[in-house]
Amino acid sequence: MNGTDTTLLDIRDRFPCLEQQVHGKRLAYLDSAATALKPACVIDAVTQHYTQESANIHRGVHHLSEKATASFEAARETVRAHLNAAHTHEIIFTSGTTDSINLVAQAFGQLEIGKGDEILITEMEHHSNIVPWQLLRERSGAVLRVAPISDDGDVDREAFRASLNERTKLVAFTAVSNALGTVNPVAEMAAEAHAAGASVLVDAAQGVPVQPMDVQALDCDFLAFSGHKVFGPTGIGVLYGKEGLLEAMPPVKGGGDMILSVTFEKTTYNALPYTFEAGTAHIAGAIGLGRALEFVSELGYAAIETHEAAILADAFEALQAIEGVRLVGTPSRRKGIISFLVDEIHPHDLGTILDQEGVAIRAGHHCAQPVMAHFGVPATARASFSLYNNHDDIDQLVAAIQKAQEIFG
Amino acid sequence: MNVSDDLYQEIILDHSRSPRHYGCPLNHTHCAAGRNPLCGDEYQVYLTLDEDGVIRDASFEGAGCAISKASTSLMLEQLIGKHHEQARALFETFHDMVTNPGGDHDTKVLGKLAAFSGIWKFPSRVKCAILCWHAVRNALDGKTTASTE
Repeated sequence: MNGTDTTLLDIRDRFPCLEQQVHGKRLAYLDSAATALKPACVIDAVTQHYTQESANIHRGVHHLSEKATASFEAARETVRAHLNAAHTHEIIFTSGTTDSINLVAQAFGQLEIGKGDEILITEMEHHSNIVPWQLLRERSGAVLRVAPISDDGDVDREAFRASLNERTKLVAFTAVSNALGTVNPVAEMAAEAHAAGASVLVDAAQGVPVQPMDVQALDCDFLAFSGHKVFGPTGIGVLYGKEGLLEAMPPVKGGGDMILSVTFEKTTYNALPYTFEAGTAHIAGAIGLGRALEFVSELGYAAIETHEAAILADAFEALQAIEGVRLVGTPSRRKGIISFLVDEIHPHDLGTILDQEGVAIRAGHHCAQPVMAHFGVPATARASFSLYNNHDDIDQLVAAIQKAQEIFG
Repeated sequence: MNVSDDLYQEIILDHSRSPRHYGCPLNHTHCAAGRNPLCGDEYQVYLTLDEDGVIRDASFEGAGCAISKASTSLMLEQLIGKHHEQARALFETFHDMVTNPGGDHDTKVLGKLAAFSGIWKFPSRVKCAILCWHAVRNALDGKTTASTE
């Protein structure tokens, strides 16, 4: 493998899922943008919680509950450090990116957004960064604006700037496109939004797995990501919010843990971050996520980025060399993801044939139908790469595509 | 399991490349859409029934994967000339074949549609094979949209 850091030499051994065969073939897992595989250390951390400290948190006086609470809150601190947030209470555990964005749409929406106010998103957003704002539009009478993308798959920055005005209250955009792999200049776009007086939400679901997301350096007001795309468990995610905004926002879910006292006349809410964490949290998930982020930090983003850039470049070259393969989107900066089409083969047929060859890709609209509409296709095939992928995976992908071409030839 | 034997048999590839009864007719008595929002497959199926309830003509248009396109093409070949009650019975037989491998299917009734007998081995593709069957049944029932997910 070219450009591979020695840090990642034996990395595949740390992912038990890669040990299996699929349909009698070596597994080439090229669907990490859908969900990343889990390293043994994360699986062990979750198992450790359930076997050694299975208890509810923040309420028990017994030993197991104290241990579980300490592990859960340590995970929160790990997330804080990972994002370089100023305060640990700016880290709210949610069920995932979608839940985080919906929380902002509800709470920030109630706080800040009224009739005629504007929310700006981009054409490359995942449905989970479109639909919550449409629901908010229905509730509030706000206007939802969309900054278009170019035919390369980059945000049209001029149109983005032109869409900002004094009515813009929130700008929500992705750090990395899940359909095209486009890397957005988050800090620049955030600065432009702030200059117009708007708050900024960054969808970092695809960002956190592949690059540092320093919330203070990026100066975003909110950042959302999911545990399962960054080697952690499903069902756990994070909303980062700036302290001042979170403190001003009303709670949107009521229940246990988010209160200090309850009478039928009046309830006093708990302080941050618990205001937004009603009910028993996904404790094992949070602990697993904390371990996953430690795993990423142990390897270091520098090594991950070097490895992934080399794999992506090889994959890009290999796919372009196959006659009849067309890449969808040629963004100026790309990470981890390539969308493509094979002439005369529908992505779903391609996905089925690749699966028979042990190659796992995604085929479909990737929950980004506006992106598909932009490129005039109902669906694409998507290969996404992570730190455990190597050149054998690319060879296997190429051979499987050629097999599909033979079948359909 | 082998994709060429169990899924992409020559007859299926042939009907996906050159679908029969393809296009929008000038007249029809029944029509319905077949949509799979997850895949993006989208078809329109048109039927012309005579006063005795016999399907005299049928056609379709739209876009989707090879399985959904070939299944629709082969289905319409079989349905033309059949009474709508026979069409409904064939739906049941086909549905049973693609979802219940242990069933006792009358392959003689299914004819060329037997090419789909191995699709149960690909659970995520069963919905592709039955998408437009649902559309035909809905069209006969007077509904306008069928959806499989």
